[in-house]
Amino acid sequence: MRTWTGIDLGSTTTKAVVLDEGARIIGRGITNSRSNYDVACRVALAEAVINTRFFLLSAELDRAGVPPARRDSWLEEMGRRFREQQYLGQLAVLREILLRLPGASAPEERHPLARILDRMREETDALFAAGAERKSDFFRDIAGSRYLRLAEEEAREKGARFDALAGLFDKAILDAENTPTGEGDFERYGMAAVGRMRTAPPELRGAVERAVRVDLERAGSVGTGYGRARLPFPRRQIRSEILCHGLGAHAMFPGTRTVLDIGGQDTKAIQVDEAGIVTSFQMNDRCAAGCGRYLGYIADEMNLGLHELGPLAGQATRPVRINSTCTVFAGAELRERLSLGEQREDILAGLHRAIILRAMSLLARSGGVADEFTFTGGVARNSTAVSVLRSLVRDNYGERRINISPDSIYTGALGAALFALRGSAAGHGAEEEAAASAAGGHP
Amino acid sequence: MSEAQVRKDRSQERQKQMIAEHYRRLARCGETGEKNVYTYVPGNLTELMRSFHALPVLPEINALQSGMRGKSRDYIAAAERDGHSEDVCTYVKCDIGMKRSGNVGPTGERLPDPDLLLLSYTGCFTFLKWFELLREEYDCPVVMLHVPYQGDGVITDAMRKYVVDQLREKVIPALEKATGRAYDEDLLRENLARSAKAEDDLVWVLQSARNRPSPIDAYFGGVYYIGPIFSAFRGTEDAVLYYRELREEIEERLRLGKGPVTPDGDMGEERFRVVVEGPPNWTSFREFWKMFSDEGAVVVASTYTKVGGTYDLGFRHDPSRPLETLAEYCMGCYTNLNLPSRVDLLARYVEEYAADGLLVNSVKSCNSFSAGQLLMLREVEKRTGKPAGFIESDLVDPRYFSAANIKNRLESWFQMIEQKRSGGGGR
Amino acid sequence: MTGGGRGHGRGGDGSCGCGPGEGGCGSAAPAAAGEAAAGAGAAGAVVARCTALMQDLRLGSVRAWKERTGGLAVGYMPVYVPREVLHAQGVLPVGIAGGGEMEIIRGDAYYQSYICHIPRSTVELGLDGSLDCLDGMLFPAICDVIRNLSGMWKMLFPGKLVRYMDVPQDFDPSMGGVFWRHEIRSLAEDLAARGARPLEDGALRDSIRAYNANRRRIRDLMELRRREPWKVPTHELYVVLRAGLVLPVEEHTALLDEYREAALADPDRRPLDQARVVVTGSFCEQPPLGLIKTLERAGCYIVDDDFVQVHRWLKGDVREDGDPVENLVRAFLEDSIAHPTRWIDRDRKGEELVARVRESRAEGVLFCAASFCDPALLDQPMIVAAVERAGIPWTGFKFSENTGQFQVIREQAGTFADSIKLWTGAQA
Repeated sequence: MRTWTGIDLGSTTTKAVVLDEGARIIGRGITNSRSNYDVACRVALAEAVINTRFFLLSAELDRAGVPPARRDSWLEEMGRRFREQQYLGQLAVLREILLRLPGASAPEERHPLARILDRMREETDALFAAGAERKSDFFRDIAGSRYLRLAEEEAREKGARFDALAGLFDKAILDAENTPTGEGDFERYGMAAVGRMRTAPPELRGAVERAVRVDLERAGSVGTGYGRARLPFPRRQIRSEILCHGLGAHAMFPGTRTVLDIGGQDTKAIQVDEAGIVTSFQMNDRCAAGCGRYLGYIADEMNLGLHELGPLAGQATRPVRINSTCTVFAGAELRERLSLGEQREDILAGLHRAIILRAMSLLARSGGVADEFTFTGGVARNSTAVSVLRSLVRDNYGERRINISPDSIYTGALGAALFALRGSAAGHGAEEEAAASAAGGHP
Repeated sequence: MSEAQVRKDRSQERQKQMIAEHYRRLARCGETGEKNVYTYVPGNLTELMRSFHALPVLPEINALQSGMRGKSRDYIAAAERDGHSEDVCTYVKCDIGMKRSGNVGPTGERLPDPDLLLLSYTGCFTFLKWFELLREEYDCPVVMLHVPYQGDGVITDAMRKYVVDQLREKVIPALEKATGRAYDEDLLRENLARSAKAEDDLVWVLQSARNRPSPIDAYFGGVYYIGPIFSAFRGTEDAVLYYRELREEIEERLRLGKGPVTPDGDMGEERFRVVVEGPPNWTSFREFWKMFSDEGAVVVASTYTKVGGTYDLGFRHDPSRPLETLAEYCMGCYTNLNLPSRVDLLARYVEEYAADGLLVNSVKSCNSFSAGQLLMLREVEKRTGKPAGFIESDLVDPRYFSAANIKNRLESWFQMIEQKRSGGGGR
Repeated sequence: MTGGGRGHGRGGDGSCGCGPGEGGCGSAAPAAAGEAAAGAGAAGAVVARCTALMQDLRLGSVRAWKERTGGLAVGYMPVYVPREVLHAQGVLPVGIAGGGEMEIIRGDAYYQSYICHIPRSTVELGLDGSLDCLDGMLFPAICDVIRNLSGMWKMLFPGKLVRYMDVPQDFDPSMGGVFWRHEIRSLAEDLAARGARPLEDGALRDSIRAYNANRRRIRDLMELRRREPWKVPTHELYVVLRAGLVLPVEEHTALLDEYREAALADPDRRPLDQARVVVTGSFCEQPPLGLIKTLERAGCYIVDDDFVQVHRWLKGDVREDGDPVENLVRAFLEDSIAHPTRWIDRDRKGEELVARVRESRAEGVLFCAASFCDPALLDQPMIVAAVERAGIPWTGFKFSENTGQFQVIREQAGTFADSIKLWTGAQA
């Protein structure tokens, strides 16, 4: 079947979206951008292809007449076991790299290291059990947190040197995560995942076999995002993230006329017409004040997870006025406020307001807030940011329908994929795919 | 090499020689006894200075040259080390830094200390501070010419009289004293007549951008074209010859249907026609230019090329009213126009030059240009219905040129124009 | 610290204009004894009234005045406008000194990050309707930002009178004088065209008298502060002067008398061991009141400053007899302070500041400029040079009208105050 792909190479995460001929989203993938954009791009794409296979699998089950409830429960369990198989594969890579490191040859490191890695392999069953919570889906995060926990135990109980063990991990993880799992993972691990299920239904086995056999032809791709210049695509296949964001938001919410995206590095205010075409846009200036990264610094400074900031700020009783959203001074300002005895919640509420005020000024510059208004980017997941934005928009522009999609992180990639699809319709595509491949790139 | 190429080289060659000779004369002022006067590009009174046989020195030109030659970073750092604020104009700091590093000019020769600072305070408040600072550096006479701002968008008789009176009572006596020569109005008239000739040809060249494809780039190329007339050469025979040659060259390009010259030779297909507001960045001038030319974007009109005179609005130096014409020249410079007039001009450029939109390069150093540009942008967009773009940089402070950021915005803007043009979808 | 507290400047030069800080803030510091005492009593009541006027960004008192009199009210930005002319035509001049710490929602949309704060809040006030009661705005020649704001105002508020006041930079009566005279006449015609009384010599003479009386009171208070700064703390004097931006001049003059009397009668105002400093550089964008209090709490007596300078632009009285327009013109040409926004004709940059330091027996200078303020910051190296030549200790920092954190400034000013006291002690 013919597919079209969009890749959004962001500063923190890289996203990929796969569309079918009917512009339906059939696959999505995401990974951390790391220091290596090429790998990030490949991994996101591979994840999107795996996701596409699951989509096909689901369709196969429907075709086989499996009732939806059963289908979903199978797919859920198989999905977890599939992640487990992938994780084990990556763990094997990590093990190999770790044990090859020069620092790992001395017995005082080698023995604890081997024990840690053995235990990590043993505990995967629990890690991917039904209902088990994982903080992240990225290998780096899952493996990292387990490794460090076990290394601590080694240090505490067996007197191993924690610092040395942690250092080894830091050295190895870069290489490990840059040895990406491939698009063929579904073929490689699909059956094994089925085998790990409590019961392995024959209909599922059959459907997996059929889903694997579907030929996925990549009919076109478009890249976008902060790192788009690094994508090994011909120029015609690269679109600005502004255009992709506008089109993506339009696809998600066709009534969209104004889009606000607050990402890690930048904030964008975009106006689109009824076809999703950008008519005006504004971005923050060269300093990253007021962007998502600012909240990141604050979270680090307060020793909190990024996701905890919004709910905490929501508990404020007397929000503090913060005038500066300067990232450089964020930590200092925070410490000063805290030392004054101001409440963490109240300070956080002030910080959220300051960020949203910056966004309001970009919105005003771009032409205001029209109905409907779609809010995307990491900060759109922050409940306090959303409620401050809601009230400021109402006060300054009147009632507006505000759209926030749980999948808003894929907005740019979706827009890019739509451009790819439209580009093919306009007669480009296949020959450019060939050019891209010839240029040594992917897809 | 084509005939046109040879001709192009001729005007460029001439300009290069003019500049080299000028700086050579400046370097030898100590031996030859020639006098020099420091002054600014907007409101420069070159014909008057030259009628006293004084050589003009333009600190902004020196600063931008320092920027292009990669010297400005160190010069600015030197000034900031000496207590100049990070917040203020980098032309000033670059100039002060250059002075303190030996005052070596763009051609590698030392610049003379000024015999007179002629502070024509036109369209920029910082000029006033700048010469106060230079006065401390040089301990030399200063004469102030206050050029009133066109706050209401017009030049009134009172404004004209004020400037003419200052010219007669203050500036001319100061020049007489500094040069030891008497005011010679006939000589001034001759210079003014030559200015008008060169101005005719310059305007023709700038307006050639109304053609499609445009044979010139009126911003990146434009800054070279305005060089002689905005700096030390207005009213000279050299300038007359330069502009005649330039015009012939552009006529030739036009005849051949050629686009503008770019850093990589002749430009390919003209894909975007752009009006630019604001000065360019000088530290990454070539890189900046390539961000346009690589996209097939031609600047068809710019306001920066009007800071030293708005000749395309019809003004010509008039030898029959020598002091009045100088006064009107000063008051008509672009940054001396109020914001509504600037919006009018930009909207007119977008229409007359059939541009795809307005791009604002907002420069940190220059509040005279920058303060209010965001409102101007919205107004022009509203009036023309063409999308406006916005980027930020600085004149000569390399710390404020973020290539990735600018490229990102420019690309987005060009793609937006294209998408709107094609009514959506692919290309 | 070197040279007994000299030249430790350029602190707080955060490029964003947002003060870095760690730990503690001015507002949490214990109030100085003098300040606590001054809060009470009759003077306290005057100050409270003035503070309310200053903080009323919607200009309630101006609205009330208009209702009462039916006259026009015209706003002006710092630093100097000939208020006498407006007064003589029955127009209330209203000084607009930014929005202080107000939250900016729309104003930021018009300005890049490298532009100072006052135009943002001024635009905000215009757009949120706070300035609706003003029939016009005057923008004197302060800098390129305020100059361009005059054009923005024309576009944003097309129904209002908007004038750029191009004060002369030539101080010769036959040139700058003629030009300024023409500007004044043209302003008067613009006001008359909006329904103000035509400008008449008799009325203008009366207005000059009214403003001379006001200026004299202010000069006297300044003198009192120079002599006994504990009697007239600057955080009080500042708000009393700010009230003069919105009140009719006669009312303000009465208020000055009331304040002076109350301050002198207060037995609790006694001297403390504080360093005497001149604060300079904040003539357009005004510092937050908290900053002034922070400096005082950090151990400084501010014995001279640049705040609310419109009251003090003319150093002496304007002549009350003869041609009143000519008298205003001459006063501007011949009796203006040496201000960063004007051309200083001879090589004497900083001399006036040094003289003010001597006159007020100050022990040091605090350069306190708004971030991105061109005239103040471009001036600073020359002023610093003059101050250093005179052997006067100095330090410097930047603020913006909405600066909320003063810890770094307090540390800096406190250290400076301690050091100059030591230095002065050693000299004695």
